Parts: sequence; structure tokens; C-alpha cells
Amino acid sequence: MNKYYWLIPILPLLGSAFNGLLGKRAGKSVVTVVGLGVVFGSLLLAISAFFAMKALPDHRLILNYGEWMGTGSLSVPFGLAIDPLSGTMMLVITGIGFLIHVYSVGYMHEDEGYARFFCYLNLFVFFMLMLVLGSSLVLMFVGWEGVGLCSYLLIGYFFETDFAPAAGLKAFLMNRVGDLGVAIGMMVLFAAFGTLTVSDILTQAGHLAPEVGFGVLTFATLMLFVGATGKSAQLPLYLWLPDAMAGPTPVSALIHAATMVTSGIYLICRLAPVFTLTPITMDVVAWVGAVTALFAATIGLVQRDIKKVLAYSTVSQLGFMFLGLGASGFAAGFFHVFTHAWFKALLFLGAGSVIHAMHHEQDLFKMGGLKAKMPATFWTMLVATLAIIGFPGTSGFASKDEILYLAYLKHPALWVIGVIAACCTAFYMLRLFTLTFLGKPRDHHAFDHAHESPVSMTLPLAVLAVGTVAAVWLGWPKAFGGDFRIEAWLAPATTYGQLHAAHGEHGSHQLAWGLAAVSTLFGLGSAVFGYFSYKDGLAVSEARAAKFPFLHTLLLNKYFVDEGVELYLLRPIRWFGNVLWKLFDVIIIDGVGVNLPGALVRVFGDFTALFQTGRVRNYALSMALGAAVLLYVFLK
Amino acid sequence: MTWLNSHLLTFLVFAPALLGFLILALPQRLARLARMLGFMGALAFFALSLAWLLGRGGGAGINLAERTPWFTLVGLPVDYSLAVDGLNLWLVILTTFLVPLTMLGTWNSLKDRIGTFAALFLMLETGMLGALMAQDLFFFYLFWEAMLIPMYFMIGVWGGDERRYAANKFFLYTLSGSLLWLVALLYLANKAGGFNPAVMGQAASTLPFGVQCWLFLAFAVAFAIKVPLFPLHTWLPDAHVQAPTAGSVILAGVLLKLGGYGFIRFAIPMFPDAAMHYAKPLALLSVIAIVYGALVAMVQRDIKKLVAYSSVSHMGFVMLGLASFTVIGTQGALLQMLNHGISTGALFLLVGMLYDRAHTRMIADFGGVAVKMPVFTTFFLIVTLSSIGLPLTNGFVGEFWILNGTFLSGFAWGRLYACLATSGVLLGAVYMLWMFKRVFWGPENKDEDSGTHHLHSDLNAREIAVMLPLVVLILWMGIHPRTFVAASEAPVTALLQDAKAPAIRTFMLKPAVPPVPAADAVQAPAAHEGHAEPAAHEVHR
Amino acid sequence: MTGMDAILQGGLQGYLVVALLLFAIGLATVLLRRTLLMQFMGVELMLNAANVALLAFARFRGGDAQATVFYLFIIAVAACEAAVGLALIIGLYRHRNTTDSDRAAGLKQ
Repeated sequence: MNKYYWLIPILPLLGSAFNGLLGKRAGKSVVTVVGLGVVFGSLLLAISAFFAMKALPDHRLILNYGEWMGTGSLSVPFGLAIDPLSGTMMLVITGIGFLIHVYSVGYMHEDEGYARFFCYLNLFVFFMLMLVLGSSLVLMFVGWEGVGLCSYLLIGYFFETDFAPAAGLKAFLMNRVGDLGVAIGMMVLFAAFGTLTVSDILTQAGHLAPEVGFGVLTFATLMLFVGATGKSAQLPLYLWLPDAMAGPTPVSALIHAATMVTSGIYLICRLAPVFTLTPITMDVVAWVGAVTALFAATIGLVQRDIKKVLAYSTVSQLGFMFLGLGASGFAAGFFHVFTHAWFKALLFLGAGSVIHAMHHEQDLFKMGGLKAKMPATFWTMLVATLAIIGFPGTSGFASKDEILYLAYLKHPALWVIGVIAACCTAFYMLRLFTLTFLGKPRDHHAFDHAHESPVSMTLPLAVLAVGTVAAVWLGWPKAFGGDFRIEAWLAPATTYGQLHAAHGEHGSHQLAWGLAAVSTLFGLGSAVFGYFSYKDGLAVSEARAAKFPFLHTLLLNKYFVDEGVELYLLRPIRWFGNVLWKLFDVIIIDGVGVNLPGALVRVFGDFTALFQTGRVRNYALSMALGAAVLLYVFLK
Repeated sequence: MTWLNSHLLTFLVFAPALLGFLILALPQRLARLARMLGFMGALAFFALSLAWLLGRGGGAGINLAERTPWFTLVGLPVDYSLAVDGLNLWLVILTTFLVPLTMLGTWNSLKDRIGTFAALFLMLETGMLGALMAQDLFFFYLFWEAMLIPMYFMIGVWGGDERRYAANKFFLYTLSGSLLWLVALLYLANKAGGFNPAVMGQAASTLPFGVQCWLFLAFAVAFAIKVPLFPLHTWLPDAHVQAPTAGSVILAGVLLKLGGYGFIRFAIPMFPDAAMHYAKPLALLSVIAIVYGALVAMVQRDIKKLVAYSSVSHMGFVMLGLASFTVIGTQGALLQMLNHGISTGALFLLVGMLYDRAHTRMIADFGGVAVKMPVFTTFFLIVTLSSIGLPLTNGFVGEFWILNGTFLSGFAWGRLYACLATSGVLLGAVYMLWMFKRVFWGPENKDEDSGTHHLHSDLNAREIAVMLPLVVLILWMGIHPRTFVAASEAPVTALLQDAKAPAIRTFMLKPAVPPVPAADAVQAPAAHEGHAEPAAHEVHR
Repeated sequence: MTGMDAILQGGLQGYLVVALLLFAIGLATVLLRRTLLMQFMGVELMLNAANVALLAFARFRGGDAQATVFYLFIIAVAACEAAVGLALIIGLYRHRNTTDSDRAAGLKQ
């Protein structure tokens, strides 16, 4: 089978090319077959490759397909590297990706750009697989930028509107800011290791001592982390993700919840042996993650758009993942990526199902009582909600608890921030859930027309719900009698034969129990509070908002960060560009440097032109005088 | 045929001009025939260049050359000397490729004197090919100046409203640079007793260092104007905006390349010490050009002017790569020249197609073009992505090599400048995609006077036939760049070795306590510690 | 020997004085008159003044035949020149309705 594994990323690329070039002519059914078929084929191959990798003694399957862009001392092969880390991601991408493709068939059915949509979606799967499987950082960067492109195209999918193009542009540009970090990080790593092949870098990193203070690798990893904040929507580059909800809902589920936004975490896990060498970076990662988790969660408390709530929730959950990574819990962070992929994809698809049913109404305040109309969506959403608020026993509980535990070991303040963020999460998720499904309908017209979604949409919901529940098997924490098997599973990828211990001090099981009890208690308390605040409609919350007008306005307007960026960053840059153009280019260089000499020559020419009267007699006179002078000189 | 066999290059260089004169002799009423003849001829030259340059030489090791004594200029022998090697192979092919493509792409753009235009175009091809192939500096100079004349008329006769100003500016700007250079050329030729670059380089190395610097500067200014390097770039926006589409394409596609090519072919190998002495200012100007061009492009209202300023930014990358004096950087610069020719050429063609329909190029006049012209939008998007350096397109490979080469550069400033230059990649995305959003996306601009309102047809078969090869090349160069740089690897390496370029600078990392065997250690022979050490390479004086 | 004597005796100087006078009259005509026709006649006078001087020198240096030949040539060329010049003047007149040279200053810029 080995010789077919190159098809894992290439199949979706072919599907994309087909759908893009011929899809419109071929018709929707052909597009469906091709679009889903290539991802399913890719999934089957991925499963096969996964087990092939598992059978290898060192769990490392590296496939090379020749040189791509080498010159001088640089060598960048086309290569795929499948190991436990990338293998798991590969399965998540193709697996959840396939489900979302299925879901899209129902969701996008009436859309005119059906073929275009599947073209982009397949292309996204291709780039995401390149990101995950690329054997060198450059190849990963191909995927890294490529998913950014697909994200841009899919956010701007409804391009004839006003807001979607703006949101797409914003997403691409903020990602590009991060990509600069990745580019600089790669340059530094290349100068340090002499190669950009991941396995070579990791092997070398395994032999290095951790950096004391701010060294070369700290700089490189910090730069890579800048890239991660862009892709994974962390402070300060998180602004694009909420706007990205302008795209179709399956896109939000696949790209902006389950896969692409976690690639920042993936990048750090991929280079975990290097990051472990740089304690300063690890601190930065942990603190940025924690602050983002809290920051985004507070904004999520008051948003009215169902997808916006989920978007801020995603930002917040990504913050949790970074918090885990920063606390040296690569397995914990990645486990949260894994569980989050299931339950957040489920939440988004559930939300999509609701939006679909409500005829593209996204305002929570106009929903309510949908439980009766949409039982399948209701029950699956309940599973996901329980998971994300960390209800004991769910996969979300397992992964979040492990992160909070490690955060406490790193610094208690991180734990406190994390718990507050978790409480906010519980509150806004119950708010969302209650406003959507419980209580009385607030918009009767929409409610009357609401209906359960077709099977192609509810089936993926059901599968994702099963996955959400089952994911816990992979990482039930050791403190509660589990074996957190994902840690041992990922160890070959995250430690890479490193000589020194990569972990902080270990706490005790009692500590873990205590921390979990406190955080769970607070979390469930917030959830109950959220439920009772909204179960009878909006009155309670409106009264509360009136009591804290300043805070409410601040949160509702997302701390006015967008406005600040426009006013204090974008406008000055545009102003500066105009100054450079109109003052420097046109007046100084062109005016003084180029046209002024020209003008001087012209003035001199105009002066001498005074002697050119155009009258023959004047010329004759001057000729005669000249001849006379010459005669005098020669005959004297 | 035997004559042709040993004079392939002569034929390639002069056949276009001959055909041009032939076309010129045709009467006015046969203008359409003239245009067709010109196009078929250019296509044939492209096919011949492919067959001869790639077919005969057999890939990487190709070397075609002709050299005979020509005449004596005040006692200095001038050689008739043409050659194609790794450095100019792809630039030559790019030229022969772009000429027919541009002719086809602007088939109906011009209405009057189309026969004359085709003839001038072919003469321009001769000028460009001659300049690319000439291996004798006087010969090179002749072609270098000869190129100006057809381009001057193309802008001045067929240009926009400000064409006379733009044409004069273009001509005088370039000429003033090359006259200085001519003085330096004659001075050095007198010292060397001829115009052979190798001999002149030898002679230059015996001159005092100060004189070498002046000579290098004279060369550099002439080439930098052509590139154009900040702050000598202001002729470019005017020339590009006023020139007809075909002129813009060739200007961006080939003429600008000759500046960078002049550096790598003549200025750097002839005065390596002076070149390295001025590497820092050159690199600084390049970085400024990258950022400056991008910032100014960002606030443009005319799409064509935006693309013109983006050229300043992109060519800044080329100069940065050359100034890095590393194999990766120089190879990147060579590739970036090809990239820029393809991508920016394609952008100008696309803008021309839009202008032909809407008769405006102002961004504000558009909006929602994607609804009306989906195929056009797709092509524009792909070219835009290539221009902003998305991986798997050509732009990425060139910029990545240049940035890495600069970062590894043996000069102390390399790392900082590389980091600064990355911002050009971001700003490139800003101005291109912002423009893309305003022109193509958003609600359709229904205004009666708007450009969008006047768009009635998507691309026709001819226009698609023009764009397809460009898109294929964009992807090909992005996926398999080795095709285009394999030939130049050896000459570039040799050139840098001859120039005694400083060794690349890498980082030394501290191994963990149990020391590892040397074989596994950091594989960097000339490693240095940390960021800030006075490099051992700043010895060139 | 005074100038007047020379003229009366038929010496070289006499011829030269005549040539000078002719030349002066011609130059004055060219400079002072604005009518192109008159200016043209002035030019012809100057030309013939030169011819007189040429022949006079030839005569007093030993009767060189070359000068006479030259003179004949010049006459022929002058005739041609007169034809072309008159044609130009007529052309100008047709075009501008004037033969005033001061008003034909269009080439100034």
C-alpha cells in the first residue's frame, strides 16, 4: 500500500481541480460524488497509512517523492511524514472532514455555487493534509498558507455581499502577519540547524541543552508562536475568527473550529522538542493562551449571533490548548485539540442545522423552543454542550481538566484564569442552549416554519456525537483511574529522544482531585446560573445588563478592539502610504530630483531662445557681423 | 544551412528586427496582414529558441556562443560576441515567450498603425535579445540603448493622455544613467585595451580601490535605474501607466530584468570587491524599495499604477537577493526575475483586458466584477496569488530563497534585513488582495458610469489562450522550480567563488551535557556564535 | 596712388572697390528690406560682388582660366538657386499671402 499514500493529499486536490474546472458543467450530483468520493478515498488511505505507521517499530513512516525547491545548501524534498502526531491529525482531518462534506451536501443544496464550494472545500482538505503531513517545515508552510487561502476563499464565499469579502480579507491579512513570524522562524531554524526537514531538526534538537535566557531558539520559537497566534486566533491576532463566521456554516465547523485553527497548536506539538528547549517561549505560550481563553470567553457572554458565540468560544478553547502546551503538556493540549474537534464541529453543525431550519436567522434572541421541532439537533447539541462545559465524564472534562491541572503546576494564577474562563464557557454555552432550544419561541413566524434538517445533515451530527463521547477513551486522566494513553502514544513525536526531561514537577493525585472538584463545581454552578438566567426569556438578563451598562457595552462591542485597530493602526499606515506617495514620491523624488533639473534646462533654453527671433534679417545681420569680426581677426 | 548552424544566436537576435523592417515596408492597408505576420514570426522565434537553446544544448550544460572581431573603436577592439549560458538562458526564453504572447493578448487593444506597432515590437525584441546575449560590453551598450528607441515610440505614440511626458521621462531617465556608465566604460576600456568583460574585470582589479568603487557605481546606477531601485524608480509608474498594455508587459517582463541581469552579468563579476563594499547600501535600498513600493502601491487608485509600484517592491527582492552574495539568494534573485516577468506581465495583460472593456482602470469604478466575469476573476486571482508569493506558485520560491539567502548572508546586516524584508510579503498581500476585494468582490457596482457597468463579456478564447500558458508557468515554477534554476546553479556558484563572497553565517547551538559525536552535530562548517559577532568577512578593502 | 587713381587707371583696387560697393548694397538690401523678393535680389548682388572680386584677382594674377571656369559654374548654380528661391517665395506667397520675411517666423519655436 505504501506506494499509494501520496494519494492521501493528492486525491482531494484532484477533486478540487475537477470541481473547479468541470463541476459547473457536470452537475450537482457528479460534484457530490467527486467531492465526497475523494475525501472518503483519502480517509480510507489515511486509515491504512495510520495502521502501517503503527506497525513500524519507531512509529515513523516517511515517504519521499523527490526534490522540490532545493538550491545551494537548501534541500526541500516533497515528503510525507506520518507519525503518531500527524497520523492522528490526518485521521481527524479526513474523518471529520468527510462528515462535514456529507453535511454540506444538505446544507449547500440550494446554493448556486455548489461546485465552487466543493472545489474550495476539497482544496482545503488538500492543504490541511499538506500542513499536517509535510516532512519539512517548508512543505508544512505550503499547507499553512494554503489553508489560509482556502479560509479566505470560503469566508468570502458569498462574495456579492458587503461583509463577507471584508471578513475574508481580514482573515487572510491577519494570518499573513502570523505567517511572517513563521517565515522568520524558519529562516532562523535553517541558519541554526542547516536543514528544514522536521525529523532532522528534531533529531538535532534532541541533543541540545535548554536555552538559558533569550537565545537563538527562543527567538525562532517565539516567531513561530506569532504564526500560531495568527492561525489559531490568539491575542493579539484573534480578530479575524469572529468575522470569519461570514462563511457558510460547514466551513465554520471544518476550518474555523475543528481543523485549521488548531494548526497553531499542531505546529508547536510538531516542534515540541525545540519548544521544550526554550522556557521563555513556553511561558509566553502559556500566558497568552490563558489570557486569550478568558478574554474571548467574556466577549462570548453577551453576543447575540449564535455563530459569533461559538466563534468566541473557539478562540477561548484554543487559548486553553495553548495554556496546556505552555505548561509542557503537549499531549494534554493536543488531546484538547482532538476532543474539541469533535464537540466544536458538532456544535457548529448543530448551529448550522438550526440556522438552516430558521431560514438563515442567526439571532439567538429570535429563537427558542426549538427542542420540539428539532429533536435530533437538540440531543446531539446537548451532548456537545455537556462536553464543552466539562461535565464530569465527558471528553471535554478529561481534556480541560488535564490542562488546568498542568496549568496549576506551572503557576497557580494560570489555573485561576483558566477556571474563570471555564466558568464563562459554561455560562454562555447554557445561555446559547437555553435560548435556542428551551423556553418559548420568540419569533413565531420563523418557529412555525422551522423543521428538522435532512438526514445528510443529522447523520453527521449523530456520528460526531458518538465521537464526542468516545474521544474520552483516548485520554481519561490518570488521576481518575485512566491511563491518559494519548501521552504515551504521542511520546515518540513530542520528545524525540530528548536527553532531558520535558516536564514540570509532578503533583499528586489528591491535588488533581481537589483541583478538579473546585473547577467542576464552579463550572457547573455557572452552567446552572446560565440556565436559570435565560430559561424564562430575556427579562432577567436585560435587567442585569441595565445594571452594568458600561461592562455590557464593552463586552457587546468586543472591547472596541476592531475600532482601535482601525483608528490607531490601519489609518496611520494608509496615511503614511499616502504621504510616501504624494509627498516623497511625487514631490521630493520626482519634483526635486527629476523634474527640477529638467525645468532648469528648460529655463536656460528659454533664455537662449530669446535670441531666436525667427526673422531672416536678424540672422543675416548677425551673420554679417560675425563675418566682419572674423575678417578683422584674420586680416589684422 | 551551414551558416545558420554556426550562427543560431545571430539569427535569433537579428531575425526579429529584419522581419520588423519587412513589415514596416508593407503598405498601410495591409496592416492586419502585418500584424499577423509579426505574430507568426514571433511565435516561430519562440519555437526556435526553445528548440535551439533547450534542445541542442541538452539541458543544464548548455553553452552556445559566437565570437568574432568586429571593428576597432579608437584603437580598442570591439567583438561581435553573443552567448547563451546558465545565467541568461531562461531570460532569453522568457523574452521570446512574452513577445508573441503579448501580441496575442493585445490583439485588438490598438486601433491605429497596428502594423507599425508590430514592427517596433519585433525591433524591441532584437534589442532585448541582443542585450541579454551580448558578451562584449560595447556590443551590450549598443543593444542597451537600442532598446530604448522602440519603447520610446511605443509609449509616445500609442500611450495614454500623458504619453509625451512619460516617454520623455523614460528615455531621459534611462539615458542619463547610461551616459555616466558609458564614460566609465570607455575609461576602463582604455585601461584594459578592449571591451571584453573578463579582460576589463582583470584590468579593474589592478586599479586603486577607490577607482573601482567609482566604476562600480557608474555601472550600478545605470542598471539600478533600469531595475528600478529606490530612489531611481519614479520613471516607472509614469511609463507603465501611460504605455499601452503591450508596452507595459514587455517593460515589466523583460526590460526591468536587464537591470538585475546587468548586475549579475557585468557589475558584480567585474568589480567584486567594490560590489561587496556597496552590498550594504544596495541591500538597504532594496529593503526600502520593498517596503516603500508596497506602501505606495497600497494607496493607489489606479490598478495599473498599483501594479507598477508593486514592481518596485518585487524588484527590490531581486536586488536584495543579489546583494546577499549567497548561492541561495542569487538563485532566488534569478528566479524572482523570471517570476516577476511572468506574474507582473500577466497582471498587466489582465488589467489591459479589463481596460479594453471598461475604459477605466480606477479601482473605485469597479466592484462586483466577479459576478460579471467569473473566468477573468479566476485568472486574476491565480495571478494575484502568485504575485503575493503563495506557496506552490512561483512567487513563493523566489522570495523564500531570497529571504533565506539574505538571512544566511555573510554580511552582518543580512539577518536584520531579511527580517525587515519579510514585511514586504505581508504588504504585498495587503495591496493586492485589498484591490482584489474592491474590484472583484462585493455587490455589483450598478452605477451607469461605473466600469463594472460596461463589462459585457467574459474572456474570449483568444484571451484564455493567452492566460493559460502563464498560469501553467506560474504553477510549474512553483512546483518544480529546478527546471528554471538548474542551469544557473553552477555559474552562480562559480561567480560567487571568484568574487570571494563571504561564507554563510549560521548559528552555533549548545549541545546537551553528554556531548554528541561530531557527525550528528550542527552541520555548519563556518558557524559563529550567537547573533552579534563582528563577522570575519568584512575584510574586503 | 590714391584709390581714385587706381580706379581711373584700371588697376586691381578699382575692381575691388566696385565689388565692395556691390556687396555693401546687397547686404544693406538684405538687412533693410523686408520683402523677400528684394532680399533675394540683395543676395544675388552679394554673390555677384564675390564673382567680380574673383575675376579681378584672376585677371591680375596672370589670367588664370580656372577662375573663369569657376565663375561660369557659379553663374549656373546661381541660376538654379534663383529658380528654387523664387519658387519658394511664390510658394510662401500662395500659402501666406505675403512675402514679408518677418512674418514668416514660424520656425522660431
